[in-house]
Amino acid sequence: MVVHYLLGNEAIAHGCLEAAVDVACGYPGTPSSEVIDTLRMDPDRACKVEWSVNEKVAFEQALAVSWCGMRAICTMKHVGLNVAADPLMTSAYTGTKGGFVILSADDPYAHSSQNEQDSRCYASFARIPCLDPSTLQEAHDMVRDAFALSEEFSLPVLFRPTTRICHSKSDVDMGEIKSSHRTALFEKDPRQYVVIPAHTRILHQKLNQKQPALKKRLIELGYNRYELKGKTGVICGGVGSSYVREVIGPDVSLAIIGAYPIDEDWLGEFIRKHEKILVVEELSPVIEEVARQVCGNIPVYGKKTGHVPYEGELAPERVAGYMHSAGFDTSVTYLSASSPAALPVRPPILCAGCMHRTAMFAMKKVFRDAIFPSDIGCYTLGLQLGTVDTTICMGASITIASGMSLAGEPRDIVCTIGDSTFLHTGIQGLVNAVYNGANITVVILDNRITAMTGHQPNPTTGVTACGVSTPSVSIEAICRASGATFVETVSPNDLTTFINVLKEAKARQGVKVVIARQPCVISEKRAKINRGRYMVHKDLCIGCKACIKFGCPAIELNGGLASITDLCSGCGVCVQICPVGAIGREVKE
Amino acid sequence: MSFDVMIVGIGGQGTILTSNILGRACVLEGIPVRGAETHGMAQRGGSVESQIRIGQQFGPLISPGNADLLLSFDLIETVRAAHWLKPDGSIFTSRDFVVPTSVFMQDYPAPTENMLLEMLGDKTYSIIDTRRIAEEAGNILTQNIVLLGAASPALPLKKESLQDAIKKTVPPKTVDLNLKAFDMGIEAGKL
Repeated sequence: MVVHYLLGNEAIAHGCLEAAVDVACGYPGTPSSEVIDTLRMDPDRACKVEWSVNEKVAFEQALAVSWCGMRAICTMKHVGLNVAADPLMTSAYTGTKGGFVILSADDPYAHSSQNEQDSRCYASFARIPCLDPSTLQEAHDMVRDAFALSEEFSLPVLFRPTTRICHSKSDVDMGEIKSSHRTALFEKDPRQYVVIPAHTRILHQKLNQKQPALKKRLIELGYNRYELKGKTGVICGGVGSSYVREVIGPDVSLAIIGAYPIDEDWLGEFIRKHEKILVVEELSPVIEEVARQVCGNIPVYGKKTGHVPYEGELAPERVAGYMHSAGFDTSVTYLSASSPAALPVRPPILCAGCMHRTAMFAMKKVFRDAIFPSDIGCYTLGLQLGTVDTTICMGASITIASGMSLAGEPRDIVCTIGDSTFLHTGIQGLVNAVYNGANITVVILDNRITAMTGHQPNPTTGVTACGVSTPSVSIEAICRASGATFVETVSPNDLTTFINVLKEAKARQGVKVVIARQPCVISEKRAKINRGRYMVHKDLCIGCKACIKFGCPAIELNGGLASITDLCSGCGVCVQICPVGAIGREVKE
Repeated sequence: MSFDVMIVGIGGQGTILTSNILGRACVLEGIPVRGAETHGMAQRGGSVESQIRIGQQFGPLISPGNADLLLSFDLIETVRAAHWLKPDGSIFTSRDFVVPTSVFMQDYPAPTENMLLEMLGDKTYSIIDTRRIAEEAGNILTQNIVLLGAASPALPLKKESLQDAIKKTVPPKTVDLNLKAFDMGIEAGKL
């Protein structure tokens, strides 16, 4: 055993290696991405690792690996599980052979997500076990053991860390990496793997019959446990358990739920030993609903009594506050903090030289009175530029655009979608839009990488997750194959040409596709591409602020005149924007 | 009770690397440690924070008004994070600050150093010229290590473990440079 200071996702990746996982695949999504990133960057990895084009694809591949008797994990963020929900529900029926773990990372408080959904609900919907770690050590141990649990019950296991597990750090005691000695062999059995009605009715019965033994087993394994202390008791789960343990009074009993489904008899026994109970959990009242079913006449406090919120994340001082409000003792009293100072906010912003800013700047110039549906990626930050009117989920830019066209909205509709998002679920929307005669402009922002989640390669990049060269997919060919007749590729850094292409698109009817292609500036920096910097000639600058309004973080205003800082990455777009030619190549003095 | 440190700055300034050094130093000394940090899109030039709890065995989150120490790489971010400190907590901050782009775009007045220091009120702070010292040490990218050096006497960790953790954390070619920046930071913190 060796202790290391690790990121939660690194500890999870190591747990998978200790379980001798054979295959890991996933689609990037904060806060889950570093699990695959850790595995793919490991030069000694014994398992196969890939980034799949979306979560449904990743899920089905991992399921097939399991059906061949090998161990597999597929990783995604919570909303990715929506994409994979179709195979999820039926894989519970077919069951698994090799250990199969689905990692779905939840994001309470939506730090970097479009919603706060709770993956535990999916586990209960599908009737599969769910493991919900409260610490990094537990996350490491649980994922390591989850493969065996999956094999024991022939069920997929949902592993559900949250942001404060994935993206927190701690000293973690790690075991040895084991190598797999399994060989893939699919044994045909249509009654298990072909879910025609006659088979699936029986499989559904078998799934239901597994439940009682599963509940008992999760207690035997120590995932669900309690300690009796006094007349009041707290029940908690997930990372919230850590906060409760930090603040709970010495005479308050504590039950920790680390796995689902919860054995109702066991929980009822704990509740009946107390005069009142408080349930503390993030997001949905999953534990609380079970507690209420079995509490008899013991009062249960929690979300349904207004003592714990349904939304946001927990924190120690908040948990202490909820305990006080419901009349439970704590061991800590927090001083009230002064309020934060009023300062200009510093939200995340597109990088200096990012092509998304330029593409959206041009869109705004050409399509003055247009609607701009957008999608999930760095370019969602175009909200600050006024070119993001809608964002709902992966791939929903083109479909929202074609839907508005279908509705008869008279204005121009110009949607934006990134390369990775287009390949994820954008293609279907494009095919549908062309097929059904939508009148929209689709701008594909192709920077050749999945940038927002930490620069994972995708099929446009030309390399696999593990760095092996692979053919780069042709977005042009996909678009032309959809039937779109106007498909043009241009770099937004050539602002004049880009604007002209947009004007041409505006003048035509039908589905027009403009592929804005320019590598991500962060990828360029990592590849040591140096395009030099630009500077403002103070004697020529007239202080018109045209470049300032462009919003590049490398351009500042000092004493009424513009200046360029060392953040400049040399895209040269401001040169084309300046009306008086005051910006030129940097001249060293 | 743990010794709670907030590290703040702007995405890309090395808050995560600095917290990794503290975490590794804890492991070297056998002290339990918990950390929480900003990842993902929020890092794109936005305000970032790393929380690190030395001697903590439960959760990674510090409560506002309870941090023992604030390390900041940008004076605006220092003021933004000052409410995390307990009344007798101390601040080590860079003198430099970057004005958010939105200020220029919307024509707001840019804050000045004096305005920012005034907003810190009667809090205990040490201002370090991290940019100048890092340049003297040999690379402007060592500003985070300079600041860590300056704050190191206020940490419940041995100087040797911090140095050892630096060696294990920074790129191998930059070890000497960073150790020099760390020592220069210690000197600057004494003034």
